[in-house]
Amino acid sequence: SVNPDIASERQTPSFSVEKLTARLDGGVEQTRMRRAVVEAIESDPEFSRESQYFQSQNERYEAAVRKAVHLQKKMHEMGWTENGPEYKYIYRALSGDVAFLLHRIFVRSISMLGSDEQIAKWIPLASQYQLIGSYAQTELGHGTYLQGLETTAVFDSSTQEFILNTPKISAMKWWPGDMGRSATHTVAFAQLYIHGKCYGIHPFIVQIRSLQDHSLCPGITAGDIGPKMNFEHADNGYLMLQNVRIPRENMLSKFCEVQPDGTYVRRGSQKINYFTMTTVRISLLSDEVLAPLMKACTIAIRYSVVRRQSKLKPGEQEAKILDYQTQQEKLLPQLAAAYAFHFINDYLQELFNRAYREIQRKNFDTLPELHAFSSGFKALVTQHCTSGVEICLRACGGHGYSLLSGLPSLYTKILASCIYEGENTILLLQTARFLIKCFMAASAGQPVPPSVTYLAAVKPSKCPAKNKLDFLSPDIYTEAYQHSAVRLISSTAAKLQDLVQSGVKKYDAWNRCTVQLVQAAKAHCHYITVKNFAETVERLETKAGIQKIMKHLCDLFALHGIFSNAGVFLHDGYISGAQMDMVTASYLDLLAVIRKDAVPLVDAFDFTDKSLNSALGSYDGQVYQRLYEWAQKSPTNTQMNPAYERYLKPLLHNTLSKL
Amino acid sequence: EALVINDPDFQHEDLNFLSRSQRYEQAIRKSALMVMKLREYGIADPEEIYWFKSFVHRGRPEPLDLHLGMFLPTLLTQATPEQQDRFFMPAWNLEIIGTYAQTEMGHGTHLRGLETTATYDPATQEFILNSPTVTSIKWWPGGLGKTSNHAIVLAQLYTQGQCKGLHAFIVPIRQLGTHEPLPGITVGDIGPKFGYDEMDNGYLKMDNFRIPRENMLMKYAQVEPDGTYVKPLSDKLTYGTMVFIRSLIVGDSAQSLSRACTIAIRYSAVRHQSELKPGEPEPQILDYQTQQYKLFPLLATAYAFHFVGAYIKDTYRRISGDINEGDLSELPELHALTAGLKAFASWTANAGIEECRMACGGHGYSRCSGIPDIYVTFTPSCTYEGENTVMMLQTARFLVKSYNQVSSGQRVTGMVSYLNDLSRQRIQPQHVAARPVTVRINDPLSLVEAYKARAARLVEAAAENLQAELNHRKSKEDAWNRTSVDLVRASEAHCHYVVVKLFAAKLPEVSNAAVRAVLTELCLLYALYGISKNTGDFLQAGILSDAQVTQVNQRVKELLAIIRPNAVALVDSFDFHDVHLGSVLGRYDGNVYENMFEWAKKSPLNKTQVHESFHKHLKPMQAKL
Repeated sequence: SVNPDIASERQTPSFSVEKLTARLDGGVEQTRMRRAVVEAIESDPEFSRESQYFQSQNERYEAAVRKAVHLQKKMHEMGWTENGPEYKYIYRALSGDVAFLLHRIFVRSISMLGSDEQIAKWIPLASQYQLIGSYAQTELGHGTYLQGLETTAVFDSSTQEFILNTPKISAMKWWPGDMGRSATHTVAFAQLYIHGKCYGIHPFIVQIRSLQDHSLCPGITAGDIGPKMNFEHADNGYLMLQNVRIPRENMLSKFCEVQPDGTYVRRGSQKINYFTMTTVRISLLSDEVLAPLMKACTIAIRYSVVRRQSKLKPGEQEAKILDYQTQQEKLLPQLAAAYAFHFINDYLQELFNRAYREIQRKNFDTLPELHAFSSGFKALVTQHCTSGVEICLRACGGHGYSLLSGLPSLYTKILASCIYEGENTILLLQTARFLIKCFMAASAGQPVPPSVTYLAAVKPSKCPAKNKLDFLSPDIYTEAYQHSAVRLISSTAAKLQDLVQSGVKKYDAWNRCTVQLVQAAKAHCHYITVKNFAETVERLETKAGIQKIMKHLCDLFALHGIFSNAGVFLHDGYISGAQMDMVTASYLDLLAVIRKDAVPLVDAFDFTDKSLNSALGSYDGQVYQRLYEWAQKSPTNTQMNPAYERYLKPLLHNTLSKL
Repeated sequence: EALVINDPDFQHEDLNFLSRSQRYEQAIRKSALMVMKLREYGIADPEEIYWFKSFVHRGRPEPLDLHLGMFLPTLLTQATPEQQDRFFMPAWNLEIIGTYAQTEMGHGTHLRGLETTATYDPATQEFILNSPTVTSIKWWPGGLGKTSNHAIVLAQLYTQGQCKGLHAFIVPIRQLGTHEPLPGITVGDIGPKFGYDEMDNGYLKMDNFRIPRENMLMKYAQVEPDGTYVKPLSDKLTYGTMVFIRSLIVGDSAQSLSRACTIAIRYSAVRHQSELKPGEPEPQILDYQTQQYKLFPLLATAYAFHFVGAYIKDTYRRISGDINEGDLSELPELHALTAGLKAFASWTANAGIEECRMACGGHGYSRCSGIPDIYVTFTPSCTYEGENTVMMLQTARFLVKSYNQVSSGQRVTGMVSYLNDLSRQRIQPQHVAARPVTVRINDPLSLVEAYKARAARLVEAAAENLQAELNHRKSKEDAWNRTSVDLVRASEAHCHYVVVKLFAAKLPEVSNAAVRAVLTELCLLYALYGISKNTGDFLQAGILSDAQVTQVNQRVKELLAIIRPNAVALVDSFDFHDVHLGSVLGRYDGNVYENMFEWAKKSPLNKTQVHESFHKHLKPMQAKL
């Protein structure tokens, strides 16, 4: 039965939930397919996540391996393939709780970086799981800054081999997934030396475990790096290499080759490879970043209409906590952000697909812009979504702290996304470098890429809004965002120039401006997100109430950003103090409007109870019963209490009386 | 400290490698030992017990926390002398282990909503305890799941057919001897949580469970044998305990943030990355401005909260002296102030700890960094002892009340006395623009004034908005709810002002000139960083001009460079022992990488060279495909 408190929320949605779901999926057919995949996975008990919260690291790892193996069987049964349209839904249905994700990266890196012969040799073995691969880039002492990696690969022309070494402790490979226990092979990145000369970082295929008994190969030290905040199911590993010899043919050589006599040959352009690396940053957004925020919103909002606390009016029943303005102010902006980022993600996917076609035609002009996009948005979206999930967690009070709420696991998982595939601060600085360059070019009247032409446009210096309703006009707030982005970028550029002109070295000037540069890059991405949301709303169908509710969310997203970064907009008087009060008033009014549709808006994300895996967030709102039932399954209740016999009993009975 | 660290009985495997049940067992083992050793060494002073305990458990929760921290003190303050005779010594000797069962599944901070009932039956002179609904099941009390054999249960008292509100009852829950639950009692562990692995937070459901009349704590309210209810004299006294516990949370915010800063700053001095100057070796990441900008303001915050915690504790001591002499006049303000400061400090520290972890990059995510553990242990303090938003609104209620007093011509005193100035300003039209801008950004006292002006302006705005809502609508509650975002902002601004003020006030008390100089830099950084993060408030109120905001932002960056050489020394001063810090990244000797490798080798997944999954799953799959 459905809890009446949540049932009443669904009685009069202002829009069609089913239609919105289809819009999010990209069409009715996609929704159908996604549901079919999810159903096939969830109805299979092998993929159950029911006991996940009670398992140890060892148990989680074993379950992930078991599921990965079972998945091969399942895909075969269902006729799904790795390149099929169903594939992207499988990962979502499994919530990522499966082993061999790095095996796929292994395969992809060989396909991208390997020569035709290498592809012919390794890919069939890998797809048949005759070997299990990993991808070893990060070291103990080095992450995002790749040139700093210390592992060495020295070419020995007498044996036609590379000799791989970990020269010191900080050079140990550290973090690669699937490497601690599972992998038999890895693609290891190392500094290539030929006849004493260093040629920089190159990829090498290295066997690390025996294909017979899985024992470590000679010269290899490898293992698990120990417990982390999450990813207990993944055996992130370390790898130390001591004079490990691999044949010359094991260097991936699509772009560079070492010939038998030690001649180093470079061929073709690496640019397409570089492009693929940047797309990875974007491709992780949907499953790794947006899905967790959407799930967290679903859990927190559903729970907030079931939880009642204190009375809002004397004599009445206790109020649903979602009826408190402060609770709305925590959750609804996160909901709006989830939609805003969903649409920016669509926009980026589209942009990259288009660029891919261009690049295949050897047109690399858009690369710098794409790189700036991928860096900046990866940073903005992961950071925003991570803090959003944490806000949802804390908005659920004490019960949010229970693992059974599902929120702690969502949080500890999403927050890793701020670091992997490039640390966010560094990424924002890369975007800033692009922006400064474009700003300089635009000021000098040179052409700039389409996303930054606004840097050259001259706009009014005062916000024209006259009353609070004006701030519900996308033109008004989009221009405010644009203005603040231009101001932050131009003032930082001016500051950099001043410093350099006063004799400060360029790199030093850069470091002294980095705090501002980060701010400028965020402002740019925030502006693009708002602009894209507003443009998307324009294009939405007006039927079924969808455009209207999306417009409210767009307004909320934009005004929340102004409200919480007021200083940026007030700074040069673009928005006046009186206008800022209007922003606040409009923003708070919107909370009450969106409140009514809050539950339908999270229902539209269409997560099954099993994929939420939360005692607080189930569709039926039976929060307390479920919490009580699940708690009873905890091993602390189903197993005897060893501490009682060993310590408590002596404490309660004898020992103390002896003192 | 040395007493504990050198005691072999207190050694154990790294907690990160233990299962929840093993961690619980270790904690119980240490608690049992601790109680015995305390008695052996004759340690009885509460302050010394506190230190001993915090070293034994390394600042972590333990299953006897509620017994020592709530059960025993509640007996002392709320039990009659006869009840103390019956329960206190057995509890002191741990024959009775108790907990404090207040929170229910459906109700937390809002106490009046609790649903558990205790119905008096004059025929047998017993109370009948019931958990009438699922939501009324007691949920969360520490030590309840597996450890305790008694609980102090808060329940709605019914006698002679009337509800008399919440009262406390001593309820036996497990059989002495076998430790089995008593008939009518359902008790267990609430399952895994984000942190607090060693604590058996529990649930308790009671079905017609009878306890004798004498088990109600009757020092204040009483039920006579015939069921007549005798009212308590005053309930203001309970404020005292709340103030005390909230002051501990402010202190804990400082401690937890200090630990995270110690780890992040030491690690940032060891980690080298990328290129700052072409051709030179990779610099320490602490030399990057962005890294300094993440960490140094938090370092300054840790120092600030340290002083605030000490201030509340001192004020509480002074006032509780007055309470015994019957002067409670300062209590409402202190109560209102500590509610907000508890929320302000715990929110800030919570975010700060995460920021420190992020600043450690990938390795911060490993449990060996110790920061995940600090975070999960600290973060519930945003919820317990009063949910933070509710706390902020309590402070706001006091602020609005004070504002209304000023509006009606009365003067207010204490930390809110700045509201007295508001009425004067309002006489001048456009006071904001007319006021000369006199903030001196290198003078802590001048910055205190700036924060004061901001608080005054936001309290005024919230109070005016509240009044406007009241003029529009009928219901007071509705108006309050529709203004609550403004009210929380006003409270935050007030608390921020108090913190800056207390920090600045501390400086002249420091006698050593070098120490005073470095603390002054931290104080300036704290205050200026706060302005740069909230420039909107200062600009909108006309407290600072655009040019001054630019100066503030510039000055913050200069201070980062000034503090940089002292950064490690400033965290060393917190004086955390490596064992207490529990972090490979934050080691005093800075030998991070070697020790990460040593640590990882002990991981449970590394117990065998070939994991059993290979034989179970991988090998069969390879054979089949």
